[in-house]
Amino acid sequence: MQIEYVWLIPVPPLLSFFIIWLLTHRSKTLSHTVAVGSIALSWVLSWVTVFNAIGVEHFGEDVIFAGSVPWLPTGDTVLRMGVLVDPLTAVMLFFVPLACLMIFVYSVGYSNYGKPEDSHDLPGNPPHNGVEPMYSRFFCYLSLFAFGMLTLVVADNLLLMFIGWEIMGFCSYALIGFWYGRNYDDPKKITPRQAAVKAFMTTRVGDVVMMLGIVYLYFATTTEQAKEILGANAGTLSFRAMFYNEEFLQYIAAEPSFVAGLSIAALTGILLLVGTVGKSAQFPLHVWLPDAMEGPTPVSAMIHAAAMVSAGVYAMIRLFPVLSAGWHEGDPLTPPMLVLGTIGAFTALFAATIAFTQNDVKKVLAYSTISQLGFMLAALGIGGYVAAAFHLMTHAFFKALLFLGSGSIIHGMEHGMAHAEHGSHSHEHIDPQDMRFMGGLRSKMPWTFWTFLIGGMALSGFPLITAGFWSKDEILLDGWLHAQPVFWTLFIAATLTAFYTTRQLIMVFFGQPRTQAAEHAHESVWTMTAPLVILSFFAITTGWLNIPTEFPGLGSIAHNLGIDHWLGHFVMGTLLPEEVVEGVEPAVEGFIWQPLAASIIAALGGIALGYLVYRNAYKTADDKDPMEFLGPMHTFLQNKYYLDELYHNLFVRPAQWFSETVAYKFLDKSLIDGTLHTVGRTAVTVGNFFKRAEKYTIDNPPIYLSDGFKWVGKSFRVIQTGRVQNYLLIGMLIAVLFGAVYLYQIWAGV
Amino acid sequence: MIPLSWYLTLAAALFAIGLYGVLARRNAVAILMGVELMINAVIINLVAFWRYLQPTGISGQVFAVIVFAVAAAEASVGLALIISIYRRRNSVVAEEMNLLKW
Repeated sequence: MQIEYVWLIPVPPLLSFFIIWLLTHRSKTLSHTVAVGSIALSWVLSWVTVFNAIGVEHFGEDVIFAGSVPWLPTGDTVLRMGVLVDPLTAVMLFFVPLACLMIFVYSVGYSNYGKPEDSHDLPGNPPHNGVEPMYSRFFCYLSLFAFGMLTLVVADNLLLMFIGWEIMGFCSYALIGFWYGRNYDDPKKITPRQAAVKAFMTTRVGDVVMMLGIVYLYFATTTEQAKEILGANAGTLSFRAMFYNEEFLQYIAAEPSFVAGLSIAALTGILLLVGTVGKSAQFPLHVWLPDAMEGPTPVSAMIHAAAMVSAGVYAMIRLFPVLSAGWHEGDPLTPPMLVLGTIGAFTALFAATIAFTQNDVKKVLAYSTISQLGFMLAALGIGGYVAAAFHLMTHAFFKALLFLGSGSIIHGMEHGMAHAEHGSHSHEHIDPQDMRFMGGLRSKMPWTFWTFLIGGMALSGFPLITAGFWSKDEILLDGWLHAQPVFWTLFIAATLTAFYTTRQLIMVFFGQPRTQAAEHAHESVWTMTAPLVILSFFAITTGWLNIPTEFPGLGSIAHNLGIDHWLGHFVMGTLLPEEVVEGVEPAVEGFIWQPLAASIIAALGGIALGYLVYRNAYKTADDKDPMEFLGPMHTFLQNKYYLDELYHNLFVRPAQWFSETVAYKFLDKSLIDGTLHTVGRTAVTVGNFFKRAEKYTIDNPPIYLSDGFKWVGKSFRVIQTGRVQNYLLIGMLIAVLFGAVYLYQIWAGV
Repeated sequence: MIPLSWYLTLAAALFAIGLYGVLARRNAVAILMGVELMINAVIINLVAFWRYLQPTGISGQVFAVIVFAVAAAEASVGLALIISIYRRRNSVVAEEMNLLKW
């Protein structure tokens, strides 16, 4: 079955990008209308597709929406480009365009649309009170970003997915560094410029390895043996033809690669997952993501919820058949799964420990994103296919909500600062993102508070109500069944998550305002709060899409409504029937209480602990954090395990040394310049020699000849006196001479 | 009768005086006068040779008359040139007439 318009889904944002860039960039109103309109169109198309897909019986198993065109014939294989909508894509299409749309609408308010331009605002700096000077450019990049993400989602082959992946890489660079003119007094604080470069370079490390994986997979699919299995699909890199082809998966799982001990599938899987480690900011390539907070807040939401990091996890879920090729329920994990599970679980805990020491409202969320992505990848690593997809979706909603909420808080604080400065002429220099300077915003910004509370509770996994609870529970269940160490790691991480979320909520919203700015903060405009409200709705309800049938009480209600394990059944349609039965779906009889208890304890325990510790902390902005009783440990965590410094000394400085000393001074200055200069000097010397030779052999003889004539003429002109008497005298002398000769001849008798 | 050599000596002396005048004087009029003297010396020679060597013929006398006429024409042309130059350059010195000199 084909739906003709699926390929149109990514097109409107691309058109919007070109329209804004080329035509409408002078008009702010027109630009944001085009951008918001285009993403709304994509959203409508996506949801039409999604609900069409839901309406199809056994979607994915027998039916998918797909279509492709031959793109690049390469010998006897052909590379096809096309679109594919299977249940997994449908899930992505459910939340990606919606979250993007919310972010676009939010950006209108966030960039102070409607206010006059402030003459103090320079392009490349955050606006103070007026409208963002580069308003149109912002929407232009956002559109391209959305295009990249949607392309990646609907792509039916690895190469097209990688193209979308790279477009997002560029856009994140452009948007993180959007306020490129910003500088800080503190030289240690990273500027948007540096953050953009850092994000780009760090993800590049992963992308290069991922590309190696793609290339390797291409070669693996174009061998004679693979061609026999794949037939005409060899060399297409198509998901459907390769990853859902049981025979091919068995072949690559069995065939050894050139690396000892790894099959083709394992090597490809490991190479590809390095790309995700970079893009989804997993240890050790996570360092770019917290610094990416330097971008405008809608960008942070875009990167952390709707697009970029979700893309990494999506790629892994999409490539799961390769990662798990040859794996069956109960078998030892395949090498890529082992790597993925280890990295995911470690990162989940690692990032959570950093998060509760951070004071920047966005940095806390950044580390929580890293941590939550770790949850997803850990789930995938131990075979929790559905759990990963489920958590990806719920996380996208509540993390977008939290980021947009934090943007609203920062906006409120900035207004408060401007107001306080204007009113009392006091110059309170505070960082509007620092939670220590907030407090009591609950009553100042009620819409933001309630929505942020919902997002925070979803992140903590508040039982039964919020979406985060159900998805995290699913992950813990998988952990309990397949890998106990992962389960316990994630349990601690989940507790910490609830703890630092509560800390954040209390520091920002409860207690008394600790600064003038917080005292005068006020609610943001409706274009900012409306997306918050819509996202909070989804942050709660999406969890109910996958209530386990066996769950006490609610399970049977859900069963009666027909929504028990609905998402699970739906997404499962993506995979091959054999794998579903043997591998991914937990073959469980009855209800298992341990993971449920663990997730309730983690959520409520973490929240309670956070409440107890932070209830009375921070009376004033200068108070010590209660967690500082950990002493050096706290400092260690607050400095993010000194990994930035480590990387700086380990990679950046050697690279700079190499550039400076080897590449610049030795290679460029000495070797290349030296050679060139020598060649140049030799040529000049030879040229000079020829110049002299030419002078003496060709130029000079005529000159001397002419000089000779001139000299002769000069010498003889003295006899031309012009005086008749002289001539007469000469005539007379000659006459006398001739006369004398004549006479002599007569006399001599000749 | 006075011998022929005396006439010839006189003519030679007159010629030498004329030649000296032409060569040594700077005044163009004086140079012209020198030229006249030299012509007259030549006429004395002509007449003397006619009288002593061919007294029956008439060609010697005719020759002398033609030379007179030519000398008179020459003197008048020469003087006219000198007057014309004098009017233009306010000088009759021969060296100063050097417009065509290198």
